[in-house]
Amino acid sequence: MLMTISILMENKPGALMRVTGLISQRGYNIESLTVARTLDPMLSRMTITVDVDSRQRSQVIKQMNKLVNVLQASDLTESPAVLREMVLLRVRATMENRTAILKEAEIFAGRVVDSSVDGFAIEATGDPEKLEEFIAVMEAYGEIEVTRSGMVAVSLESKKLRLAPPVSKHHDESVEAK
Amino acid sequence: MSTLISGARVLLECLSREGVEVIFGYPGGVTLPLYDAIYDNPIKHVLVRHEENAAFSAAGYARATGRTGVCCATSGPGATNLTTGLVDAMMDSIPIVALTGQVLSKLIGTDAFQEADTFGITRPCTKHNFLVKDIKDLAQTVHEAFYIASTGRPGPVLVDITKDVLMAMSHYTPVTEIHLPGYKVVTDGHAGQIRRAAQMMWEASRPYVYAGGGILAAGATPELTELVDTLDAPAVCTLMGLGGLSSSHPNFVSMPGMHGSYAANMGMYECDLLIALGVRFDDRVTGRLAAFAPHAKVIHLDIDPAEIGKIRTADLPIVGDAKKVLSKLNKNLKEMEAEMAPLHSEDRKAWWKQIRAWKEEHPLAPSFSTDEIKPQHLMYEIDKLSGGEAIVSVDVGQHQMWAAQFIRFNQPRTWICSGGLGSMGFGLPAAIGAQMAHPDKLVFAICGDGGFQMAIPELATLANQGLPVKVVVMNNGYLGMVRQWQDLFYNNRLSSVEICSFPNIEMLAGAYGIKGRIIRSPLELVPALKEMIAEPGPYVLDVRVTQFENVYPMVPAGGAINEMVLAPPQPVAVP
Ligand SMILES: Cc1ncc(C[n+]2csc(CCOP(=O)(O)OP(=O)(O)O)c2C)c(N)n1
Ligand SMILES: [Mg+2]
Repeated sequence: MLMTISILMENKPGALMRVTGLISQRGYNIESLTVARTLDPMLSRMTITVDVDSRQRSQVIKQMNKLVNVLQASDLTESPAVLREMVLLRVRATMENRTAILKEAEIFAGRVVDSSVDGFAIEATGDPEKLEEFIAVMEAYGEIEVTRSGMVAVSLESKKLRLAPPVSKHHDESVEAK
Repeated sequence: MSTLISGARVLLECLSREGVEVIFGYPGGVTLPLYDAIYDNPIKHVLVRHEENAAFSAAGYARATGRTGVCCATSGPGATNLTTGLVDAMMDSIPIVALTGQVLSKLIGTDAFQEADTFGITRPCTKHNFLVKDIKDLAQTVHEAFYIASTGRPGPVLVDITKDVLMAMSHYTPVTEIHLPGYKVVTDGHAGQIRRAAQMMWEASRPYVYAGGGILAAGATPELTELVDTLDAPAVCTLMGLGGLSSSHPNFVSMPGMHGSYAANMGMYECDLLIALGVRFDDRVTGRLAAFAPHAKVIHLDIDPAEIGKIRTADLPIVGDAKKVLSKLNKNLKEMEAEMAPLHSEDRKAWWKQIRAWKEEHPLAPSFSTDEIKPQHLMYEIDKLSGGEAIVSVDVGQHQMWAAQFIRFNQPRTWICSGGLGSMGFGLPAAIGAQMAHPDKLVFAICGDGGFQMAIPELATLANQGLPVKVVVMNNGYLGMVRQWQDLFYNNRLSSVEICSFPNIEMLAGAYGIKGRIIRSPLELVPALKEMIAEPGPYVLDVRVTQFENVYPMVPAGGAINEMVLAPPQPVAVP
């Protein structure tokens, strides 16, 4: 099943590789992945959609939470969350169908970001199903080229962020001694 | 202001503050600055003969002491040679820190001489890894590496350091704080869960303790012993957990699993409460999951939350450090004892009677012969000489299973075994690590004739360091464990399992200046073992044992644990 994971992690070299490695080493395929800095530039927020065996969902989250660079990984598959994706699409238009294309774009709240005698570049956001429809409609008008952003998600629940407090080196040595 | 020192010296300062006594390693181009600093440093460097063995020796040291082992390799081939040892430590949750040199920062990504993507290659081989390209990060990173390796569920951590960082001059400023906000370790255990666990333990009619490597990692042997005593429950220790409860403890049943004893596996099958402590329900223990402890409720204690429910759903999970949790649990048990103990005392008596009956029905009994040395006989004699006290490091194969079945471990950290990865070539280098940690203890390396040949170069390290490791090669002329599977599951079509051209041990050991001896007769066995132990230095004993002997009992892979094959199928008489 498709699982949506939201991850807050340290913005460090290799952090992305640790997360994707955890998924690929289990033979799962990543459907989409987006990552960008948060308000705090030391941290990144990542949204992954991945096809996993449904019984393995909690195991995947637990393993991600074990990664040293991951501050919090949460499963948004069934919890209240807003999921959005953006599509950038170029469609060839003839003089006859230009107005029809613009109309359709309007219905899907698409925005024309470039217009030329050859056609349009249109930007649209929405949930993935809506975007699929939009793409299908546009395809009916002629040759299209599509780039999708991949899913971004925000949880609607405020989940408390539990972080490990700093440890003094002294304490660390006592652990060593055991 | 302190004086300027090289990055290499900063690194050694960090190691010394972490209490490191010994590094197992092999030098190379990019680690030259480090080896120059080691030259007059009090930390001892043991030159191994292959980097894989540096990692195994560091792990042997860690397994025998609980302290973090350290190994070191150069960039490129040095680092890639470490990987098997890293994965081995990962699978068995062993704390080691691996230090590797990397090419100059400015050359990274240019396919420079001996450049390899160590950081990328070792990501899935380690608990965590680091690449240090700036001297400012070095000290903090090294201390973080030790902290991560040794806390929570222990494991290997690698620090890859560029040559320019090792050469850079800087001041050493002591690191006072580790801050890893994403590295959360829960040690205390939920008080309510612990109380409920105690309650369930008293309420059970057929409780059964299933103890694993987590007991050793936590140093929880005293607490486990108290729990077993208080409850008077039968207990098994997994291959990784042997010695966690003394093998001589009256409640110790033996090892469960694929080559576990009949009683241990039947107990697993019939218990009504499985008390799983620091175990991960490995497939070599459980066999077919549907038939594993099918009547039991499960209490599962582990420091790694991801282990809980990974294989078997726990009725009562506890996340925490085994030592801390068990000591609280023991208090709870004692508080409830007067009231709860009588509850099922009759059932408990019947349960013990059943366990004893299983033990008597099919004991793990060594077999003897007058004309051949039986492999079980060899382990039986080693056990008698050890008396449960020697450190025994094993390789992988049939000899490993017979050693686990017949040798007692009365102390924790005396059984050194590659459990999860099953890496051949582990036994000798791991014994070297253990002997470095305990110079005065009797340390055996018990190897197969196959695995020994993967570790022969380390005889040079033994000789070089003058370590009195007693190497016993259980020589059956075959890659015995693979031969056994070809025998049982592939119509005995023995394909590439015969070990031809095994070297003459007397000459081989002699070439290193080590004593060696070959024995073939059961009459020679005890005197030869005694002679070996009496020898103050290293010794290699080649013991020719029965060639075609299979390890029993056996739960075939994916089979049910109560349906063990107990002994070789007997020839059927022709009517
Ligand atoms: C590095 C490595 N390669 C292959 C194996 C597969 N394997 C497991 S046991 C075994 C046979 C070991 O033979 P030997 O060392 O003679 O021990 P024996 O089983 O005869 O006691 C082999 C090849 C392994 N565990 N590790
Ligand atoms: Mg063999």
